[in-house]
Amino acid sequence: MSLLPAGAIDCDIHPSVPSIQALMPYLEDHWREQVIIRGIDELNSISYPLNSPLTCRADWKAASGRPAASPEVVARQALDPFGTSIAIANCLYGIQLLFSEDMAAAFARAVNDWMVKEWLDREPRLRASIVVPTQNVEMAVDEINRCAADKRFVQILLLVMGDTPLGRRHHWPIYAAAEKHGLAVGIHAGSAYHNPPTPVGWPSYYTEDYVGQAQAFQTQLTSMICEGVFTKFPHLKVVLLESGFTWLPAHLWRLTKYWRGLRMEIPWVDRSPGDIVRSNVRLSLQPVDGPPDLASLMKLFDHMQSDELLLFSTDYPHYQFDGTAAIPDGLPADLVRKIAIDNPRATYARLLETVG
Amino acid sequence: MSRHVVATAHEIPEGGRKLVTVRGRPIAIFNLKGAYFGLLNRCPHQGGPMCEGLITGLREAPMPGEYVYSRAGEILRCPWHGWEFDIKTGQSYCDPERIRTRSYPVEVASGQAVVEGPYVAETIPVSVEEHYLVVEM
Amino acid sequence: MNEVRTQPIPDATVASKVAVADGDIHPARQGAKDFHPWLSQRWQAHLDEYGSPGRQGWQVGPAYPKSQPNASRRDAYPPEGGRPGSSLGFMQEQHLDTNNVALGILNPLGSGQGVQNPDLSAALCHATNEWQLAEWTSKDSRLRASVVVPYEDAVASAAEIRRYAGNPAFVQVLMLSRTAEPLGSRKYWPIYEAAAEAGMPVGVHAFGYGGNPVTPAGWPSYYIEEMTGHSQCQQAGLTSLIVEGVFERWPTLKTVMIEAGFAWAPSLAWRLDKHFKTLRSEMPHLKRLPSEYLRTQVWWTTQPMEEPEPRAHLLDTIEWLGWDRLIFATDYPHWDFDDPAHALPVRATEEQRRAFFLGNARNVYRGCGA
Repeated sequence: MSLLPAGAIDCDIHPSVPSIQALMPYLEDHWREQVIIRGIDELNSISYPLNSPLTCRADWKAASGRPAASPEVVARQALDPFGTSIAIANCLYGIQLLFSEDMAAAFARAVNDWMVKEWLDREPRLRASIVVPTQNVEMAVDEINRCAADKRFVQILLLVMGDTPLGRRHHWPIYAAAEKHGLAVGIHAGSAYHNPPTPVGWPSYYTEDYVGQAQAFQTQLTSMICEGVFTKFPHLKVVLLESGFTWLPAHLWRLTKYWRGLRMEIPWVDRSPGDIVRSNVRLSLQPVDGPPDLASLMKLFDHMQSDELLLFSTDYPHYQFDGTAAIPDGLPADLVRKIAIDNPRATYARLLETVG
Repeated sequence: MSRHVVATAHEIPEGGRKLVTVRGRPIAIFNLKGAYFGLLNRCPHQGGPMCEGLITGLREAPMPGEYVYSRAGEILRCPWHGWEFDIKTGQSYCDPERIRTRSYPVEVASGQAVVEGPYVAETIPVSVEEHYLVVEM
Repeated sequence: MNEVRTQPIPDATVASKVAVADGDIHPARQGAKDFHPWLSQRWQAHLDEYGSPGRQGWQVGPAYPKSQPNASRRDAYPPEGGRPGSSLGFMQEQHLDTNNVALGILNPLGSGQGVQNPDLSAALCHATNEWQLAEWTSKDSRLRASVVVPYEDAVASAAEIRRYAGNPAFVQVLMLSRTAEPLGSRKYWPIYEAAAEAGMPVGVHAFGYGGNPVTPAGWPSYYIEEMTGHSQCQQAGLTSLIVEGVFERWPTLKTVMIEAGFAWAPSLAWRLDKHFKTLRSEMPHLKRLPSEYLRTQVWWTTQPMEEPEPRAHLLDTIEWLGWDRLIFATDYPHWDFDDPAHALPVRATEEQRRAFFLGNARNVYRGCGA
């Protein structure tokens, strides 16, 4: 097992909303009562069926209730064993699935306030992403502006499968806000299920849904590059979270080949897709959807042509590895250090402002 | 290097082109507003026949959605994958740092000079007034 | 003179005139009338009055305008006139003879697949199959036909497959990759049953009219995104075929993934294996690892060949995938054509080249001289 250096930065953990009751103190009167009147039990997305083997590793399961439900549990299970100095919390409560913009905005506010009070204030190693109501981009920007003053928010959280591809211009006020506040844009696995979760319709099995996340990330990368997001926002840092990464080189080869012949359609893309990714896009480590042998994995890193792309993550409490074997065996120590510490620091500008 | 007569200037009207062979190499000759340019008729990508490509203008965009159109008639798209080349220099637009197609300077020489000078040129019965297109390679 | 930095190209005339297979040739009709010998009066009239829309909005033309007319090479227009790919004589001269194509697989597009009206779809597909025989395979013995099927109606498709199962001119069943439901859905199972029975692989060609957005996050803006997206569509289709158990149920069934490249496949195999191990309880019907199905029942045509820099990286990818998995294809006469003389600019052994350019195709397609 590759040794994790002390002070690693975990770029993707998932505290759970234990139940909708936990958010009630953070909802305005109208919405709190709506929850009761209408019997809104939970907002749990099928992206992570509560008891699936992937959603929570067996030894992280709670005796009762949701896993990862308190800072104490998270510290004991996710932070201490890895010697983690900082972990970025990405809350996956299904806010983005709602169709009502106002309801989504209310719950986004509640989740972000809950994150501050119940997590960031109680565990100094934690940072968080701002959950936003992508149903209405103006409201999403309002929420970003509201939360940005708290420097412990380091990123804006978007799901990889929303209503329209993320590169499209109506999303751009979010990226402008990100650039303005020095926030990264985190695109996380999961769907709002407003479109079929594959490009060829609705699947029958959860396995198809989960494996298919990689294809969703591929299409979103295509969208953000082709639409010129990085021409318009050259300093934007986009992080693909729980995306896998071994698909990246082949995807860039394909996109670059088409770009060479179809440049006239997107003339604002004046650098190769590979160059854009190497300067502006990062990917979290887990799941390592990689080959079974180290030699092939090292070749793959070679294909990526940069050692700055990967950011250490455990994806806790999702089941992606056993014990503390979050880093693949046999990686060179300096690469491990880049993944665990240097790359996350370079990506999340706000970390430097709040690290003790 | 030697000079080869490949066509008379009149054969290629403005905006037109002609495929010629010089020392076994296929060269596409273009007339851009009375000036002549030659490109090797093999795209550096997979060897597509450049002479059969479409001639267009150049599209650039300082920002997404801002289309700046210029250099009408000066850009050649390979007929296969659509790679764009500056006809005058062979410079590609798809990866300008690294990819260029071979260009051959074409000059217009008067009939008298070609027939009489020390350069190798194919003998072509012409009148003294006609202008020849000469490729040097 | 400026320093000219060009990528080295081998002289095309010297390039190997080793015989090649072409796993993806697109014969084209001159016009609607080409099908009239095999289309009833009713359908001729229907086409004239109502057309044959798939699940997209234009009366004529594809959802995203192409980058070149007919998505074709500009030098592929027959001298006698007509659309690229519509003249056998010109195809022979420009491609089959010039590139020494020993075995060419026809994949006719615009043949009624995915058309909204199921009966019209079936009629057009059948006309296409008769047209392939009459105008192409009977006139050039290098060519083989695909059974074009109205795949959204699997029962009608199975009947069409059985109609030609005994005809050696047909070597493949053709579907498109943008189906209404993922390829592995039970809706399509009669097709796989009939194809396996007939000993023909199912070729899954890029494009289609299933009506789903090109991405699982909605419709993108640009043609380049649609083109790039064929890779993701085929990954989703393959995932479905594996997970739904199509390969498990029909162990002799072969599929060929056509015109979406192949370099994406090793990562998909690794990803499927990893998550299969975690989520195994969902798929008790699967007896093998997903990658094993890919290793034994799936092939890929090579076009458009990915072009990494340095090119040698492609060798790693092919090693991971397997030299026996690739079927060379040009996609003639389309614009993103791969020229056999230049398509494999990496060091490969003679044995590997032979498999890549011809041997694998002979193994996959029945009666092609393996």
